Amino acid sequence: MAKKKTIRTIPQERTPIREQPPAERVRNFSEVACGYRLEDAMREAERCLLCPDPACVKGCPVSIDIPGFIRKILDKDARGAYDVITDTNLLPAVCGRVCPQENQCEGVCPVGESLEPVAIGRLERWVGDTAIAERWSNLPYIEPSGFKVGIVGSGPAGMACAADMAKAGCEVIVYEAFHQPGGVLRYGIPDFRLPNEVIDAEVANLVKLGVKFECNTLVGRLFTIEQMIDEMGFDAVFIGTGAGYPSFMGIPGESLSGVLSANELLTRCNLMRARDFPSYDTPLELGRRVAVIGSGNTAMDAMRVSLRLGAEKVYCIYRRTRAECPARAEEIHHAEEEGIEFHWLTTPIEILDDGKGSARGMRCIRMELGEPDESGRRRPVPVVGSEHEFECDLIVFAIGTNANPIIGQTSKIRLNRWGYIEADETLATSMAGVFAGGDIVTGAATVIEAMGAGRKAARSMKAYLGLRDTDVVYLPPRKGQEGKAFGIDLAERNFVRVRVA
Amino acid sequence: MHEPEQAPPFEIVAREDFSDVTYLLEIRHPLMAKAAKPGQFVIVMAHEHGERIPLTIADFDRDKGTITLVIQAVGKTTREMQQICRVGTRLYGMVGPMGLPSHLGGAKKVVCVGGGLGVAPIFPQARGFKESGAYVIGIVGFRSKSLIFWEKKFRSVCDELIVCTDDGSAGLKGLVTLGIKAAIDKHSDIDEVVAIGPPIMMKACAEATRPHKIKTTVSLNPVMVDGTGMCGGCRVKIGEKTMFACVDGPDFDGHKVDFDDLMARLKRYAEEEKKALEKWQETCRLSGLVPAPSRASAGAPPA
Repeated sequence: MAKKKTIRTIPQERTPIREQPPAERVRNFSEVACGYRLEDAMREAERCLLCPDPACVKGCPVSIDIPGFIRKILDKDARGAYDVITDTNLLPAVCGRVCPQENQCEGVCPVGESLEPVAIGRLERWVGDTAIAERWSNLPYIEPSGFKVGIVGSGPAGMACAADMAKAGCEVIVYEAFHQPGGVLRYGIPDFRLPNEVIDAEVANLVKLGVKFECNTLVGRLFTIEQMIDEMGFDAVFIGTGAGYPSFMGIPGESLSGVLSANELLTRCNLMRARDFPSYDTPLELGRRVAVIGSGNTAMDAMRVSLRLGAEKVYCIYRRTRAECPARAEEIHHAEEEGIEFHWLTTPIEILDDGKGSARGMRCIRMELGEPDESGRRRPVPVVGSEHEFECDLIVFAIGTNANPIIGQTSKIRLNRWGYIEADETLATSMAGVFAGGDIVTGAATVIEAMGAGRKAARSMKAYLGLRDTDVVYLPPRKGQEGKAFGIDLAERNFVRVRVA
Repeated sequence: MHEPEQAPPFEIVAREDFSDVTYLLEIRHPLMAKAAKPGQFVIVMAHEHGERIPLTIADFDRDKGTITLVIQAVGKTTREMQQICRVGTRLYGMVGPMGLPSHLGGAKKVVCVGGGLGVAPIFPQARGFKESGAYVIGIVGFRSKSLIFWEKKFRSVCDELIVCTDDGSAGLKGLVTLGIKAAIDKHSDIDEVVAIGPPIMMKACAEATRPHKIKTTVSLNPVMVDGTGMCGGCRVKIGEKTMFACVDGPDFDGHKVDFDDLMARLKRYAEEEKKALEKWQETCRLSGLVPAPSRASAGAPPA
């Protein structure tokens, strides 16, 4: 390699990503960030110091070899970069777009200590998009193991688990209750953030691995988890049904017309294509002035969808301040650019009726930050006498979700006291052979965390089935006997192959 | 194991037209026929651009592997289905059985009330109660004699059957509440009343039984998208609590349901529904097809 790079020799400015101008993009559902071109990716890759002990890999929930793929980009070997990423992450085009990188890989990047960190997410996305455009897919040699694995839910956790189990030679069937696969990627995350073609491409990759998707199948009700194990011949099952069940605040007026959950708004708009009503049959209430309660990623999505549906004004109502706002930095930034009006330290206490059963506004109260709560964030407390009216005609709740009750209602699997599935650190549940991960175990989290859980569950599932962990197979070959005992890779952590002669 | 059984999916194997607005579809889905229990519902999508509509399961045949739906053509989707769903065609999607099954045990004498679009779905409940050994009094309401269907089927599972018609052309002249009153007068030991129909009818049924303190169960069918507890569109007020009809119901204690709230929420998309229907009728007219008769009162509840 040439001269060693230092923080002074690398390009100082982060390579900007081309974006649709805010005024234009709020009128369409096309993607906001257009992605890097080859030259952008090359320039940004230059900024990576290729640390010998990379912090970014530890910061990644699925431990992508980040310097490894960046080195390949520097070599102009996009295919090689894709190969490195897909060793650990099946969905680079998705994760490059939706991961909260600032809290993960980019958050710990040493470049970020004095400059802007390396745009790892954008590079990952470039690799993923290039792979889709070039129709690359990595099909490892798969030796059938004879095991049959059922996956409940086709969201990010289920897809990640399915990929690993398929690679381990299992017959994998993914069940989805909706009519199209993808889970939250499909119904929740809007097209301008994650285009449907990307999801289709990733699903197609799974199908190439031999994974079967069965839509229109509500597990729990059509057949139970117990039936899958006892009667349907599944050797192991992974439950990744997501959190679902949206929360409301329990304030007066919530059942008025014009009040809905962000899940409902997003599902109608994204999955059911209500934005093309009446060409598509699903309708959607449209607001002129839309207030979205909450400020997570779902809230940002709901706000930006509302703008694109033609709202004149969209407000974000959040009881804490911008500092506590849980959304990805880029989403808040985009929302601000698009003209979302933020009302920090405000919470509604009543939704007002227009006399005809529809919402005409809210009665709100101002908050101030008090002592820190269990989450470490300062608890918002109401300011006495600060009640005021807030005019709006569509109110969207994006204040989180509770556990979906269906699996709990229909199986004997143990739940915790909030209704989430109880799983140990290996993601094994109370039922033998049944694993669970993602939001249904942890409560609402991110796409990449769900994928991380899906992969972790796959590892445990392989151990349960007595399969060699295929992760090992993907490691670069080692020299000689290094890291081996009795000729067996130590990383296998499994010495069943040792036979005493 | 189920793949060969399931193909081709969601095929319509039988259809029967009870009137110009009410029609029956029997759909092949062996796995669902095996799993379905009284009180549950399905969500149907007629075609790729369609909406997801919840429909209560009217019957299921485990031997034939079919699910029966009885549909009233009232809106765009149900009218379009009336036109396109022929024997041999298939639905784009059907998922279920959804919702908690009805609790059928324990009652010794029950009244099963069905009116309007609730007549068909009350049938599996009546049969379920009969099978559990209860004395079943069926009450079904129609607008007039010519619209009556499944009378024989009901008689086969009911110990008594009271037919009510709005115009008195058959059975009792009046609403199903009249039938409930007659049943209560005759039997002092009714354990439970189950009522399915339009909200206004279920409300009237709940009011009819309230003074007698008879347990009254109603089946709610609010606007839904996914039917799996994910969107919260189907939230209903039950006493002090807000619940989701799709996963916490659809059966609820009729004496606790806030029917006015339910009826208001059912009108959420009234304007859009009207727009969709008009556009569809216009398309039908242009393409030379004759849309189903546009009778605003068609299928109106007998209440």
